[in-house]
Amino acid sequence: MDLTVSLFGIAREIVGQSSLTLTAPAGQSAAGLLAELRTAYPALASLRSLAVAVNNEYAAADVELHERDEIALIPPVSGG
Amino acid sequence: MTDQPSFPMLIDLTDQPIDVAAVLHAAESDEAGAVNAFIGTVRNRSEGRRVVRLHYEAYPPMALHQLRRVAEMALEKWPMLRQVAVSHRHGTLEIGDVAVVVAVSTPHRADSFAACEYIIDTLKEVVPIWKKEEYEDGTVWVAAHP
Repeated sequence: MDLTVSLFGIAREIVGQSSLTLTAPAGQSAAGLLAELRTAYPALASLRSLAVAVNNEYAAADVELHERDEIALIPPVSGG
Repeated sequence: MTDQPSFPMLIDLTDQPIDVAAVLHAAESDEAGAVNAFIGTVRNRSEGRRVVRLHYEAYPPMALHQLRRVAEMALEKWPMLRQVAVSHRHGTLEIGDVAVVVAVSTPHRADSFAACEYIIDTLKEVVPIWKKEEYEDGTVWVAAHP
C-alpha cells in the first residue's frame, strides 16, 4: 500500500520536502514507519522525539496504518 | 468523535496579529468572577543569543484538534470553567509580537490561575506547532535536539 506522510518543522527540513509517499507492507505499524524513516534519513534519529500522528491524533507504536489515513511526522513541538 | 466543542470555547489558529482584547472578551461570562489570561510574546534573547525574529510553523487541522482536546481536558479537571479561549499565531513574528493568548473564566480566581497555567503548559507539550528562532547568524528549531 502507498502511504503519504506529511512533514513539518525540522523533519521537513531534514527530508527536504513537505510530504513523502512511500510503499509499505499491509499492516505497517506507526513504529515500523518510524524505523523505516530513521533508516532512510538518519538525522531524524538525532531528534529529541519523533511521533507519528494518524488522523490528527498521536498514534501508539502498534497502531496499524492504512492507505487513506492522514499521516504526519511530528518532531518535538515548541509552540506557545 | 467530533471536533465540535462540548462547551463554549474559542479555539483559533491564525497567521494574522492576534486581537488580544477579542480573546479576553470571548472568555468573559456572567457566571465568572475571574478572567485569567496568559499572553505569550516574542522575546529578543534566547540562551544568550540575540533573536531577530521567530518563525512558527503549524499543522493546522491537528493543531486545532489538539487545542480543543487540551481545553476539554482542562474542563474535566476544572468543571467550574465557564469559558476557554485560545488563539495561537503562526508565520513570521517580530520581537514583541503576541504569539499566543490563553484566557479562561471561572467563578473564583484560584481555579482560573490553575486552569490557565495547565492549558498553556499542556499546549506546549502536545500541540503541533514549531518555533524556529532566527539569529543574526543563523536559525535553530527550538527544542528539536536533546
